[in-house]
Amino acid sequence: MLVSQDIPLMELAPGASARVVSVSGADSKGPADLGRRLAELGFLPGEAVRIVARGLMARAPIAVRIGTGTFALRLFEAACIRVCPEQPLLP
Amino acid sequence: MDAAPSAPSPLIALVGNPNCGKTALFNILTGSRQKVANYAGVTVERKEGSLVTPSGLRIRILDLPGAYSLDPLTPDEQVTADVLLGKRTGETAPDFVVCVTDATNLRQNLRLVLSLKRLGLPMVVALNMTDIARRKGIVIDAERLGVELGVPVVETVGVKTTGVRALIKVLDATAMPERKSRNAVWQPLSRSDIEHDQAEVRRILGVVGADRLDGVTFSDRLDGLVLHPVLGPLILAVILFLVFQAVFAWAQVPMDEIKLGVAALGNWLGAALPASLLKDLAINGVLAGVGSVLVFLPQIIILFFFILILEDSGYLPRAAFLLDRVMGSVGLSGRAFIPLLSSFACAIPGIMATRTIQNPRDRLTTIMIAPLMTCSARLPVYALIIAAFIPRRSLWGGLELQGVVLFALYLAGIVSAMAVAFVLKRRGKGGFQALMLELPAYHWPNLRNLGIGLWQRVEIFMSRVGTIILALMVILWALSSFPAPPPGATGPAIQYSIAGHLGAWLAVIFKPIGFNWQISIALVPGLAAREVAVGALGTVYALSATGNDISSALTPLITQSWSLPTALSLLAWYVFAPQCLSTLATVKRETNSWRYPIIMAAYLFAMAYVGSWITFRVATALTGI
Repeated sequence: MLVSQDIPLMELAPGASARVVSVSGADSKGPADLGRRLAELGFLPGEAVRIVARGLMARAPIAVRIGTGTFALRLFEAACIRVCPEQPLLP
Repeated sequence: MDAAPSAPSPLIALVGNPNCGKTALFNILTGSRQKVANYAGVTVERKEGSLVTPSGLRIRILDLPGAYSLDPLTPDEQVTADVLLGKRTGETAPDFVVCVTDATNLRQNLRLVLSLKRLGLPMVVALNMTDIARRKGIVIDAERLGVELGVPVVETVGVKTTGVRALIKVLDATAMPERKSRNAVWQPLSRSDIEHDQAEVRRILGVVGADRLDGVTFSDRLDGLVLHPVLGPLILAVILFLVFQAVFAWAQVPMDEIKLGVAALGNWLGAALPASLLKDLAINGVLAGVGSVLVFLPQIIILFFFILILEDSGYLPRAAFLLDRVMGSVGLSGRAFIPLLSSFACAIPGIMATRTIQNPRDRLTTIMIAPLMTCSARLPVYALIIAAFIPRRSLWGGLELQGVVLFALYLAGIVSAMAVAFVLKRRGKGGFQALMLELPAYHWPNLRNLGIGLWQRVEIFMSRVGTIILALMVILWALSSFPAPPPGATGPAIQYSIAGHLGAWLAVIFKPIGFNWQISIALVPGLAAREVAVGALGTVYALSATGNDISSALTPLITQSWSLPTALSLLAWYVFAPQCLSTLATVKRETNSWRYPIIMAAYLFAMAYVGSWITFRVATALTGI
C-alpha cells in the first residue's frame, strides 16, 4: 500500500473502493473522542471503505460503507479519515 | 423498578450493536410478557421480560440498549456498560449475557463480543439474521466460530421462532452460575486495543469463511434512489406528506367518534342520575377527563404505526441523513423532523415520538419547541377570531385575506421554534455535534414487532400520561365548579368559582395586552385543551348554545365587545399559548422531571405575553384607538 497515495475520505469519488489508512483525532473544535468513536464504529486502518451517497447541500453529510456496515458522517467527522484508493486515481 | 425477586430467577442480559435485531429476538423470547419503563434518573428505555424454559426454569431477560462499545459515549451505552459492570443503582448485574450479532455484519459486531469476553461474564453468542446472510451467500460455520471465539455460538433468526428454541435450550442447559459477589472489571480500550481486536476479528472471519465484503447489494441500489440528492428529498416529501395527512386527517373520524361516544355516555348518565354534585363530578369531571385522554389515542396509534414501520424498515435514519443539513443549521437532529411534523396535529404524539432521537440534547430541544408547532386544537380558536375580525376579501393574486392570516400564524410558530432551537444550541457547548449515524440494511417490517411496539406506546400513554391528564382534568373541574354561585346570582356560574376568581385576578395581568375579564376567565378552563377556551367563552358570555353552535353564536358577540387589537393580541397569544396541561404532563413523563415542563410553561408564557403585548400596542397605534 502506497502511503503517499492517501487522500482525505471526502475526496474519494462516490462508488470507488478504498482502504482506510489512518484515523486521526479531532481538531480542537470537535468532540475530544471523535477519532476513538470512529475507530469503535470500525473506521480502522486496512478496512474497506466506499462512499455510498452524498447530501445535496455542500455534498454533506456523506454515507460511507465501512466493512459491511454503513454510516452517515458529517464533513468534520469524515475529515479525520484518510484513505488509499484501490485503483489509481484517474487523471 | 422492580424489587429484587424473592426466589432469584437468573437475569440474562441481551447485549449487541444497534440494528443487530436484538429487540426482535427479545420479542420472540418473551412475547408479550414485557415491561417497559425507564432506567432510574435517565430517559433511556428499560425493557424487561421473562420466559419459562422447557425444564421449568424461570428466566428474566433484560434487553439492554444497543452499544458499539463498552466505553460509553451516549446515555444508552452508559446504561449498558453500567448494568454489565453492576454499577447501575437499582439494577442487579446480569448472571449471564447473550451477545446478539448480525451475521451479515460480523466484521463490526464481533468486536463487541471480544470486549464482552474481556469482561469475563458467562456468555453465549446469538448469531442472528442467518437467513439474510444465507441469502447473501454467507454461510458461517457456527461451531467453528464458537471454537475460535471461545464461547458457545447459537444460530438464530430474529423474526422466526425456530432458532430461538436452540437458544433457549442452551440457556436451559447452562447451569446458571451461582450469584457471587463478583464484580466485572473493565479497562477502557486504547486505540491499539481496538485495532488489535479488529485484526483478531479479521482472522476469525477468515477461518470461518466469512471474510468477504458485499458487492453492490439490494440496499445499495435502493439507497441510490432514497439518498439521491434530488429524488431522495422528493421521496421523503411524499412520505412525510402521507404521515402528516394520516395523523391530521385519518385520525379525525375516530377522534370524532370518541368525542361523540363520550358525549352520548354523558347524556345517558345525565338522564339516569339524579342531579347532584356527584353527578356533575362523574360527567364533567371524570368522564370528560377520560374523554380528553382517549381522544389522543387515534393520533398516537396512527403516528407510531408509521414511525415503527419507517424505523423497522431502516428508512428513518435515511430521512435523518437527508434532513441533516437543514435541521442541523438550527442545531437539531434530522430525526427531529417527524416529531415536529406530527406536532402540527398534536404536540403529545410529537413529543412521544422524540424517543427516536438518540442524542439527549437534541431530543430535549425538540421536545421544547414541539408546542410551537401550531397544533390542531388551536384551529377552533383561530377560526373563531378570524371569522369575527378579519374581513373576507381577496388580496392580489386571488389569495383570501383570512387564509393569509391563518398561514401567517402557522409561519409565526415555525419561525419562533427555529429561533428558540437556535438560542438553545448557542447556549449549549460550542463546537461540532457528531452525527455518526448507522444506516442499516433495509428490512421488511415485521408484524409481530410492529404489534408489540404499537401496544407498548399505547400502554405508556394510557398508564403514565393518561393518569396525569385525568387527574388534572378533575382538578380543573373542581376549580371551575367551586364554590357554587350564591343564591340570586345573575352572572354565569363559573364567574363565582375559583376559576372565575383566578380569571378576575389574571385580568389584571392581561389588561396590558388587551384581554378583558371574559377572555381571562376562559383561559383557565382552556388549560384542559386549547379548544376548550371557545366553549368556555360561550359559558362566560352565558350562551345556551352547545357544540359547533357556540362559534356561530359567539362571532357577532365578540365582534361587538372586543376591539381589533384585542382580537389580534389573542391570536398572537395562541401562537405561543403555554396553556395545555396534557402537553406539560407528557413532557414531565418523557423527561422524567418537573424541571422541563416548568421551564417550558415559563418560556412559552413569556413569549406569548411579549408577543401579545407588541401586537396589541402596534395594532392600537395603527388603528388609532
